[in-house]
Amino acid sequence: MAAEGKTIDALSQFELTHAFGPIGAAVNFTQSNAHMLAACVVIVALMAWGMAPRAVVPGRFQALAETFYEFVENLVAGQVGHEGKRYFPFVFALFMFVLFGNVIGLLPFAFTYTSHIAVTFGLAFLVFLVTTVVALALHGKKFFGYFFPEGAPLWLAPIIVPVEVVSYLSRPISLSVRLFANMVAGHVLLKVFATFVVLLGGLSWFGPVVALLPLSVNVLLVGFELLVAFLQAYVFAILTSIYLHDAVHLH
Amino acid sequence: MNEQNDFDARLRQARQKRGLDKADADAAAGGSSGLAGSALRVGMRAGVEVVSALIAGAGLGWLLDRSLGTFPWLFMLFFVVGGAAGVLNVYRLFNPRNGAPR
Repeated sequence: MAAEGKTIDALSQFELTHAFGPIGAAVNFTQSNAHMLAACVVIVALMAWGMAPRAVVPGRFQALAETFYEFVENLVAGQVGHEGKRYFPFVFALFMFVLFGNVIGLLPFAFTYTSHIAVTFGLAFLVFLVTTVVALALHGKKFFGYFFPEGAPLWLAPIIVPVEVVSYLSRPISLSVRLFANMVAGHVLLKVFATFVVLLGGLSWFGPVVALLPLSVNVLLVGFELLVAFLQAYVFAILTSIYLHDAVHLH
Repeated sequence: MNEQNDFDARLRQARQKRGLDKADADAAAGGSSGLAGSALRVGMRAGVEVVSALIAGAGLGWLLDRSLGTFPWLFMLFFVVGGAAGVLNVYRLFNPRNGAPR
């Protein structure tokens, strides 16, 4: 009787609800937006608070802020080269927003805004627009030579050009789908095993003992999800830098 | 400044004595294929690349069809083009354009 009506409901965690009561409902302010706002506040607080002392030997917060800064700076400089420094703020903002979205989403009762394709595609489309505008601004018409490699026979152009254009257009899709799929898969997995714990726990006298199995799996999964959260933010940032490299150098 | 240089040298010495730098070098050699950590991750990346190219191709064909009023034809053509672009994406995954780092 106890298990009846209880099913594995792994997807309702992604549903949007209004935050901040009637005021939020009036302006369609969802808990996703609230978490974005929270992530931005945490990021700004971390950077402002961490940078405030300006000590030679950093304290805890300064060390954390400097670690993030240097990590992204090395990544951008390594991928785009020295002239890529001017795109550092863009990549850094993206990296921090995605990273804190992923990590905050792992906290109990929190919502993962990076688990919505609308959000990740919005970010990826921004990357796509910025890289295209950068390439057009730096190279002008020569940018269109990107779609036809030098030295290829001209009669192949009708085949190569559409393929290259579609390949270029697929970038924001692959960028957004990768992040979105990873976050959704991780949270569904967590939810499924958490439901196993509850369902098995009420089975009979041996239920609690069996429930230890999915519980231990969940403990491991949380650690794995933390890894994925960092990894996906890193992948998002490094692919953005690779696209920027292509935009700056062309070929 | 001098103090900092000295610290770096001492840190390097200490790390070498403990054999910590060797682990770093081994990890770098193992992960030399860029982002790729494990085979599963490479497979996931390749799969995402193919699927996204297919979506982009089919979407572009569908949009062109809708504006030109030639429904199934350009959609079908660009579906094939999307598949080719997916293969190209996977090829680029392992052989980046020349001049690209790594």
